[in-house]
Amino acid sequence: MKVKDIYETMEYGPAPESADEAIQFLESHHKKFKLFINGKWVEPSSGEYFESVNPSTKEVLANISEANDTDVNKAVAAAKKALPEWVKIGAHKRARYLYALARQIQKHSRLFAVLESLDNGKPIRETRDIDIPIVVRHFYHHAGWAQLKDTELKDYKEVGVIGQIIPWNFPLMMLSWKIAPAIAMGNTIVLKPAEFTSLTALLFAEICEQIGLPNGVVNIITGHGKVGAALVDHKEVNKIAFTGSTEVGKIIRRATAGTGKKLSLELGGKSPFIVFEDADLDSVVEGIVDAIWFNQGQVCCAGSRLLVQESISGKLYKKIRARMENLRIGNALDKSIDIGAIVAPVQLKVIEDLVQLGIKEGSTLWQPSWKCPTEGYFYPPTMFTDVSPSSIIAQEEIFGPVLVAMSFRTHQEAVKLANNTRYGLACSIWTENINLALDIAPQIKAGTAWINCTNVFDAAAGFGGYRESGFGREGGKEGLMEYLKPRIDDNFSDAPIVIPTEKVASLKSNNIQLPEIDRTSKMYISGKQSRPDGGYSMVINNSKGDYIGEVSKGNRKDIRNAVEAAHANKNWETNTGHAKAQVLYYIAENLAIRKDEFANRIVQMTNQSHADALQEVELSIERIYTYAALADKYDGQVHHTVHKNVTLAMPEAIGVMGIICPDECPLLGFISTVIPAIAMGNNVIVVPSEKLPFSATDFYQILETSDVPAGTVNIVTGNKDELAQVLAKHDDVDAVWYFGGLKGCKDIEFLSADNMKRTWVNYSKYRNWLDKEQGEGHIFLKHATQIKNIWIPYGA
Amino acid sequence: MTNTKTNVYKMKSNNEPELHHQRNEGIPFDANLFKDININRSAVERRASTLSGRRSVKKEWQAAWLLKALSCIDLTTLAGDDTQGNVLRLCAKAKSPVRSDILDTLGMKDANMHVAAVCVYHNLIADAVKGLGNSGIPIAAVSTGFPAGNIPLSEKIKQIELSVAAGAKEIDIVLSRNLIIQSDWKSLYDEVVACRKACGEAHMKTILATGEISTYTKVSKASWVCMMAGADFIKTSTGKEPVNATLPVSLVMIRAIREYHELTGFKVGFKPAGGISNAKLAINWLILMKEELGNEWLQPNLFRFGASSLLGDIERQLEHFVTGRYSASFRHPMA
Repeated sequence: MKVKDIYETMEYGPAPESADEAIQFLESHHKKFKLFINGKWVEPSSGEYFESVNPSTKEVLANISEANDTDVNKAVAAAKKALPEWVKIGAHKRARYLYALARQIQKHSRLFAVLESLDNGKPIRETRDIDIPIVVRHFYHHAGWAQLKDTELKDYKEVGVIGQIIPWNFPLMMLSWKIAPAIAMGNTIVLKPAEFTSLTALLFAEICEQIGLPNGVVNIITGHGKVGAALVDHKEVNKIAFTGSTEVGKIIRRATAGTGKKLSLELGGKSPFIVFEDADLDSVVEGIVDAIWFNQGQVCCAGSRLLVQESISGKLYKKIRARMENLRIGNALDKSIDIGAIVAPVQLKVIEDLVQLGIKEGSTLWQPSWKCPTEGYFYPPTMFTDVSPSSIIAQEEIFGPVLVAMSFRTHQEAVKLANNTRYGLACSIWTENINLALDIAPQIKAGTAWINCTNVFDAAAGFGGYRESGFGREGGKEGLMEYLKPRIDDNFSDAPIVIPTEKVASLKSNNIQLPEIDRTSKMYISGKQSRPDGGYSMVINNSKGDYIGEVSKGNRKDIRNAVEAAHANKNWETNTGHAKAQVLYYIAENLAIRKDEFANRIVQMTNQSHADALQEVELSIERIYTYAALADKYDGQVHHTVHKNVTLAMPEAIGVMGIICPDECPLLGFISTVIPAIAMGNNVIVVPSEKLPFSATDFYQILETSDVPAGTVNIVTGNKDELAQVLAKHDDVDAVWYFGGLKGCKDIEFLSADNMKRTWVNYSKYRNWLDKEQGEGHIFLKHATQIKNIWIPYGA
Repeated sequence: MTNTKTNVYKMKSNNEPELHHQRNEGIPFDANLFKDININRSAVERRASTLSGRRSVKKEWQAAWLLKALSCIDLTTLAGDDTQGNVLRLCAKAKSPVRSDILDTLGMKDANMHVAAVCVYHNLIADAVKGLGNSGIPIAAVSTGFPAGNIPLSEKIKQIELSVAAGAKEIDIVLSRNLIIQSDWKSLYDEVVACRKACGEAHMKTILATGEISTYTKVSKASWVCMMAGADFIKTSTGKEPVNATLPVSLVMIRAIREYHELTGFKVGFKPAGGISNAKLAINWLILMKEELGNEWLQPNLFRFGASSLLGDIERQLEHFVTGRYSASFRHPMA
C-alpha cells in the first residue's frame, strides 16, 4: 500500500505480532508434547497424540499427548510422593518457589501471550494486557500467602493431592488461579488443561523445570474428558477443582459424592448487565464491549443479558449498534482487532445454532454490516433485542459474542429479571447513583457485582458463583480456604460421642392421683405449631428402650411447606447484625429460665445424669452467646485489588438452608447447627435428631417467646434420611448441612447436584459437641455464608 | 486478516485546509440539553487507557498516519520572549515541515505538506503574516486575555477584533473559568456568543482549560455550552495549566461533539493542546478520533494538535521509516 493512499483513506493496516519465538518453542518440542509427570517429560502410555489447532487459521500447531488411566495413576502417585516434603519445607521456601514462578512467567510474558493467542484465538491485546498480567499477579499474590501460611493460617493444613481441570477460554489464567493457591498452601497437584488449549500449560511446565520446582509438586497431563474423569475418580486425590460447564460440574459433584473429596466448581453463567437511566451511556457501551465482546464472549461471567431501563433502551441500543459497526475482527495476533477467533468449530456450531434459534423465537437480530474473515473460526458480534425472559437465548449460556437485550420498568423489576436464572456468577450494575448501586448489588444472586465496570479481576478478590454457577471461590483469602482444611478436623472421631447413662432416671411426678396431661409434640412451620400432613406419629423410646412419647412423622409435604415458609420470610436476612444478636440473646435468656426443664428432657431421652444434662443446657446457652456475639462481628473485608477501586468482600446469607441435626446431644446438637445458620441471616428447615427429637420440639416454645420471626426456624420431625433427601432434592433450598452416617452424606451430596446447592456433611467423622474447639467457631459461619465481592471504582 | 469496512472520507489530495464545511452556527441556550450529563471518570479512564492497546499502525500505515498528524498541527509559539526572528523561523518550518528527500521517498513530494496553522500571540501576527506569505496557511491567534482570561468582556472583544484585523484567520479564546466553577452556564454562553460574533469570518476555538475544571461532568457541560454558543472547535488547554491535554478528558469532549452533532447536524472540531510532544502520543489521539468520531474528524478542518515539539519527533520517525535507522533531531531543520 502506498503511503499517499493511506494518507487519504486513513484506514488501519495489518499490525501482526510476531509468532517466531512461540514457533521456536513448539519446535523445541518437535511440535510433539509429552506429559509432564514427576518433573520429567514422559511419553503417554497410550502412545496416542491429538492435534492442537490455531483457530485463526485452522493450522495445526502441535501434537499433544493423550493421557490414559496409567498416566493419571503415575501423575497422582508423583504428586502424593512429593507431598510430605513439599509440606515439610515450610512456608518460606514455598513462597520462594512461587515468587520464582511469578518472576519467570513475567520474564517470558510475551512468549506466553503469543502462544496463548495462537492456541486459543483470543486477541493478542487481551493475552498481553489482561491474561498474562493477571497470571503473574496471581503468582505474586500467592507467593505472599505462601509466606504467611504458618502464621496467619496456622489453624489450617493442606488438603493433599489436588486434581485440577481447567477450561479453554482462559487457559493460563485458569491454570494460575488453580495452581498458585494450591501449591502455596502446601498441596501438590495434577492439572489437566482443556484439550483445545494445552500449550501454555506445557510452557508453564517448562517454567517449573527452569526454577527447579521439586519434582511431582506440579504435574501436567493432557488429553480429553476421560482423563479428567479418571482424575475425578482417583482414590488418592483429596480434592477436585474444576472450572467449566455446569453440565460437567454436576457430573463431578455426583461422582465425588460421599468420597470426602473436597470440591470447588466454577461453572457457567448468564450474567445480567443492568443499566439504569442515569448511567453514563457512552461508558456503558464500552462496558458492554468489555462484557460480551471480550474473548469472543467465551467468558463464564460475560455480561450476556443486557437489562436496560425502558426510558433509555432505544437510545442505548442505537449507541451499541454504532459501536458494534466499529469493532474489528481478525487473526488473534493482529494488534488492531477487538475480536479474535472462536476456539473450535464445535463451539462455533453451538453459537450458530443458538443464534438461529433466537431468530426463530422471534427476537430481533443485529450484526454489523462487515463480513468476518473466512480462513478461521470467526463469528461476528451479535445483539438480540425484543427478547423475553422465556426465550431460550435469554436462559441458555451461549458462550459466544451474542448479547441478548431486554428492558425493565422499575428497580424491583430489574432485580427480578436479573435473578430470573439458574446461574449466579456475576452481575454488572450501571448508575451514577451510589445509593441505587449499593441497594441493587446485594439483591442480585451472584458472587461478583461490578458497579460501573465489568470483567475486572484481581488475585486479592474471590471469584465464584451462587446457584448453578458453582461453589467455592478463587482469589482472596476466601479462595485459599478451598485448599485448606481445619487442623481440628483430624481430631474428630469415627463414632458419635457417648455420654454415660445412669440407672435411676425417673422423673415421674409424685402426684399419682391424677394421670399426666397428654402432651403433643408438634412440628413448627411458619411460626406456628403444626400437625403433620400425613397424620402419622412416631414412637420415641429412651436409651433403655422405654416409651417416652411420640413426635409428628413429617413427610415431603411438610418439608415443602417449611421451605415455602422460609422463603416467605424476607426480613430476617436484612436485619442488622445487632438486631439478630438481640434475638439470639433473647433465645438464650428464655432457655436459661427453663434450663431445668430442658435438662430433664435430656435425661428423659438419654438416661444420662442430671448434672451432665444440665451441662449440655448450659453449654447450649453459652453457644448461643457465642453466635449472638459473632452476629455483628463476622463481617467482610475490603480487598486490596486494582487501582482506585473499593472491593468489598461481603459474606451474605446463603438463603434457605436445610439442617439435619446430629443424632447425639439432642439440645446442643440442635443449637450448634441451627444458631450459627440463623445468626448469619439464613432461614432454616431443621430436621432434629430422629431418636432424640424432644429438645427440638420443646424449643419452639422458646422460639415463639423470643421474637424469632415466622419462617426463620422451621422444625420438621420424622425419618431423618427420608426428610434429608427431600431437602437435598428441593430446587428452592440453597444449602444442606448433614451430620450423620456416610450413606446419608453421600445421598445429600449426590442429590444436591441438580441445583448445585451448597452442602456440608461430616462423612461420618463426628465432632464432640461438648468441646468448644470442635462444636463451634468460624467454620460454621463460613458454611452459613457465601462471599460476594462488590467492585466499586471511584473518581469524579 | 481484518475486516475491510470502508468509510472513507474523500479529501483533496493537496491537503488545503478544508474550510467549506458548514460552520457550527450554534443553537439557543438550553440547559435541558446538558443538565443530566453525568460522566463516570473511572469508566472513561479505562476506555482511554485501553484504546491505544486496541489499535496499532505499523510501517506504511504509521508513516501515513504521522503525516496526517503533521498536517493537523497548529504549530505554536506562545512565549514571553517571542520575537519576529523566531516567528519567521516557525513560519518557514510550517511551510516545509519535512525534509524534501524524506517526502520524496514517501511519495509525498507533490502533496504540498504543511502544518494546519501557525499559532501566536496577537503582537506577533504581523510577523507571521509576513512569514507565511501566500502559503495559504492560516494564522491562529490566542486571545481574550490568554491564558487566564481574567479581563473584562469588552477587552476580550476588542482583542479579538484587533487580531482579526491584523490577519488572524483563527482565534483561540479562553473561557472564564470562574463561570464554569460557579456553573453559571448562561453567562458563559453569552460570553462565547459575543466572542463568536467578534470573530466574524475567523474560526473560533474555545479553550476549556480542563486542567482547572475539577470533574469530567463539568468538562462535558462546558463543551456543550461552547458548542451551543457557536464554537468551531473546542480545545482542551492553553498549555499553561498544570495538566493539559489528556486522552480521558479528550474522550469526554469528543463524545460531547458526537452528541451535539447527532442533535444539530453541526460538526465541531477538536483541538488537544499541551503535552503532546511525541509521535506515539499523536497517533493515540488520531486513533481516539477515528474510533469515536470517524475518519471525517481526522482532517485539519475538524482536528488540530496544539503543539510545538511534536513536529520534530514526527520528522525523526518519518526518517526512521525511510532509512530504517533511528534519527537525530539535528538532522532536521529547526523551527
